[in-house]
Amino acid sequence: MTEKSTPSEVRIRQPLRWQIATLAHVRQETPRVKTLTLSLPEWVPHRPGQHYDVRLTAPDGYQAQRSYSIASEPERSGEIDLTIELLDDGEVSSYLHQELRQGDQVEVRGPIGGYFVWEADMGGPLFLVAGGSGVVPLMAMIRHRAARQSRVPTRLLFSSRSADEIIYAGELEKLQAAHNGLEVIHTLTRSQPPGWRGYARRIDRQMLAEAIAPLGEAPLTYVCGPTLLVESVANQLVGLGLPADRIRTERFGPTGSPA
Amino acid sequence: MSEPFISRGFTGKRRQPEAAERIPPGQYLTPGFPVLSAGPTPHTPLERWSFTLDGRVREPVRWSWEELLKLPSQSFTVDIHCVTKWSKLDTRWEGVSVDTLLEAVDLEQDARFVTAYCDGGYTTNLPLPDLLNGQAFVAYRYDGQPLAPEHGGPVRLVVPHLYFWKSAKWVRGLRFMDADKPGFWESLGYHNRGDPWKEQRYQGD
Repeated sequence: MTEKSTPSEVRIRQPLRWQIATLAHVRQETPRVKTLTLSLPEWVPHRPGQHYDVRLTAPDGYQAQRSYSIASEPERSGEIDLTIELLDDGEVSSYLHQELRQGDQVEVRGPIGGYFVWEADMGGPLFLVAGGSGVVPLMAMIRHRAARQSRVPTRLLFSSRSADEIIYAGELEKLQAAHNGLEVIHTLTRSQPPGWRGYARRIDRQMLAEAIAPLGEAPLTYVCGPTLLVESVANQLVGLGLPADRIRTERFGPTGSPA
Repeated sequence: MSEPFISRGFTGKRRQPEAAERIPPGQYLTPGFPVLSAGPTPHTPLERWSFTLDGRVREPVRWSWEELLKLPSQSFTVDIHCVTKWSKLDTRWEGVSVDTLLEAVDLEQDARFVTAYCDGGYTTNLPLPDLLNGQAFVAYRYDGQPLAPEHGGPVRLVVPHLYFWKSAKWVRGLRFMDADKPGFWESLGYHNRGDPWKEQRYQGD
């Protein structure tokens, strides 16, 4: 029985300490998604794909914690972007969306996670598959790729419900227009604007086969989104002949959804 | 930090008081059963499936799927806690206690640690005592149904008193060791033991 290889460079880590970040900027990405830019007093470079934990404490000591993927590239020092979807009944996301104001402070610690990461020196080609806010850690990879002026052939297959729910739509368009090897393929599953020429259905085997074909035999593949999407995409990619050890997955809630 | 940092305007959604003492610090209750895995779900055909105890044992032992099903099984109702912050109470499992499995082997004196290894290459490490005395089992049924592949079926390890990444999905064997060897997540910054009541999430916690 072989053991899954871990990245050769195992970094020596300091214990992860909580620090008090300041909300520097808020950007509304879509009706239910905001990006919070946090200034960190003890910023350290992250690996694209990693996350931070956020901890909220009530006056009586009650605490709630959640993990949020970092959207920004590590080349931007001193601060991080967390892109956060407002969940129905979300204890922490509703606070971050509706209560936290510019200049407010919030406790965080990170960066965390060492497998669902991509750095330019890992090469490619790179196949990224996102469902909804699953695009966030992939965006950190895409921004890092751009910051490092990497030319690794990269395709993002991105499933959103409707055109106004496409997170980072404008920035993705711009990055693609720079013609440096990034292609973005959208599918809109619920409604499409007039004249829509992209895909208009859930990601399926046919779509994956078409999206991955230009990348050759075994692109390094990252899949992030709701559990059902990730499970189905990963299974179909294996069915298409992609080696399982080339596929890295990250699944997220809303954790109340049966899975 | 000596003084806790209070989040302005945060009160939180309160849990039911009767459940509060069953939820470790920083965790929240979920009614669902989230799935977390680092890669695709493996699908090993049952006729090629087996479960092995090896390493620091006098004689390794291997069970086929059918042989495993014939071992004395038990039902377990346990609370589970994932390092990603969700907890789920009263989950119902059926499987074979690790104590029962161990009746089939003679452990060497120096067997003090265990690596659970899995289809897909996942590993996790545990001190042997964390697997003994009714604390751990290999489960093949969840909530009265065969354990679904995305939840680790056909068989997953369940060690409910530790964070759930120790409850390795798609487990194929336990290797007994004389030295501790960090597993997959344990090599990637997660805590070596992972006691949720001590909030041992990451290295250094």
